[in-house]
Amino acid sequence: MLTNNELKNIASQVRRDILRMVHAVQSGHPGGSLGCTDFLTALYFHTMHYSTNFTMDGLNEDIFFLSNGHISPLFYSVLARAGYFDIKELATFRKLNSRLQGHPTTHEHLPGIRMASGSLGQGLSVAIGAALAKKLNGDNHLVFSLCGDGELDEGQNWEAIMFAAHHTVDNLIATIDWNGQQIDGPTNHVMGLDNLKAKFEAFNWTVIEMNGNDMDELIAGLDKAKTLTGKGKPICILMKTEMGKGVDFMEGSHEWHGIAPNDEQLKKALAQLPETLGDY
Amino acid sequence: MNLKDIQVLNEKETRAGFGEGAYEIGKENKDVVILTADLAGSMKIAPFIKEFPERFVQCGIAEANMIGIAAGLTVGGKIPYTTTFANFSTGRVYDQIRQSVAYSNKNVKICASHAGLTLGEDGATHQILEDIGLMKMLPGMTVIVPCDFNQTKAATKAIASFNGPVYLRFGRPKWPNFTKEDGSDFTIGKAQQLSEGTDVSIFACGHMVWKAIEAGKILEEKGISVELINIHTIKPLDVDAVIQSISKTKCAVTVEEHNIIGGLGDSIAQVAAKHFPIPIEYIGTLDTFGESGKPNELLTKYGLDTPNIITAVEKVISRK
Repeated sequence: MLTNNELKNIASQVRRDILRMVHAVQSGHPGGSLGCTDFLTALYFHTMHYSTNFTMDGLNEDIFFLSNGHISPLFYSVLARAGYFDIKELATFRKLNSRLQGHPTTHEHLPGIRMASGSLGQGLSVAIGAALAKKLNGDNHLVFSLCGDGELDEGQNWEAIMFAAHHTVDNLIATIDWNGQQIDGPTNHVMGLDNLKAKFEAFNWTVIEMNGNDMDELIAGLDKAKTLTGKGKPICILMKTEMGKGVDFMEGSHEWHGIAPNDEQLKKALAQLPETLGDY
Repeated sequence: MNLKDIQVLNEKETRAGFGEGAYEIGKENKDVVILTADLAGSMKIAPFIKEFPERFVQCGIAEANMIGIAAGLTVGGKIPYTTTFANFSTGRVYDQIRQSVAYSNKNVKICASHAGLTLGEDGATHQILEDIGLMKMLPGMTVIVPCDFNQTKAATKAIASFNGPVYLRFGRPKWPNFTKEDGSDFTIGKAQQLSEGTDVSIFACGHMVWKAIEAGKILEEKGISVELINIHTIKPLDVDAVIQSISKTKCAVTVEEHNIIGGLGDSIAQVAAKHFPIPIEYIGTLDTFGESGKPNELLTKYGLDTPNIITAVEKVISRK
């Protein structure tokens, strides 16, 4: 079991990976990736039980689905750092003939990925389907998913949310990255989410709230979420994060949703993030 | 092989063939899971639901979610069959199929009833005539359009052991049932030759195969030698069978209950243009929506009836 300080060190390295990957090809989505770094680090290095000897079916292990596929640099870094593939491959991100496509895909057979995502609003449904398969298989491991808050504009999510409660999919922990930002601006201006907790509760989900940029709170929240599974209701974690977290000039703004740092900005950013595990 | 020898066993709905096939494959293969979007009755899956309630997933009127749930079920080795009308199976959820099923290469079987004009009185909102095109354009998608009850049943069972995404298209009305009861004349990807001939190749799919048989019988009486081929698998197309036939007959008519843009006809024409250019006439809807009416009235009004096929054959032969 890693200590929270060790998890923070991993997160620092993952943030460096994200920035260097996006900078190298001058494309990609650093904002949401940095915001969810602590969460995905906690998930893969603390919460989930899995094998890096990857199989698509993921039998008898916990599995994760990323719905907001644009935070792919984060996903790739965490998968590589967890041991699914060599960290050197991170250098191929978004380049021709790479398994690290702009948005995650099973098409290039990158270990650790079980569905394509990028077109928003589809991941929660897929995660629920996989959770149903686990029940049919008598597999008592869990399914985790992450989707963005802006992504909740997509109606398919609400079909899925209704479905999961109706079918008592209680082996699912679905996290919402509630950073309050989407491409065109704050979510409250673009399409207000209002009382998201009340909405999920009205759909008969169990809701936990936590700060997704505080490792102690993350670990406690994820541990608690696991204890709430198997009780007849799907679990939702409303996770407050800050877009661009960890880099002072990127924090809290949607401006860095899909913009890569230039050379000077990268230097400034990396100076704020200790190289704990060695750059790829 | 002679068209005169084809006997109608009975008249049954192709969707009922799906329902029977689903029940039988459910017994044989414990990984088969059936999903529906509030159309279990129309899809004739009551026997499956009764026997295997734990492997039936009611999704409500939420097709986008149903496709995603199906994609997720494959992670864990299940073989999900999604069921609803063809319009809601394809056009409504195109991006869900594109990303979560086709691009993700998930073993989902999209089973679609009430395709085409023969849906009848519900009219154009429900009569999709573009679905074959939509589905065949997706990389990796197999597209199957069986011609009658027996063949739909056979296809429903066959797709369970066929790895990869499949679009299975069938329909609503009672229709002549003439293929083998045991389905032994159906193989995915292999064209089914119903008659040998030398003057014209007719390539048909779905309900229109029967119309082509009717037309072929009349043409044979007129002394025209018809080679009728049922292209139940539109993708991957049995290219060799098409080339072999058209290189002999040197002209072709395609017959489908679908827009002539994007359907079977286009697939045949592409093979011909590349390998053996010949005159082709197309029977299908002419870039139009349908309307309310009885199935056969609609086929007549939209030019998909037996006399239209006869006229097209005579015309295409004259163009040789």
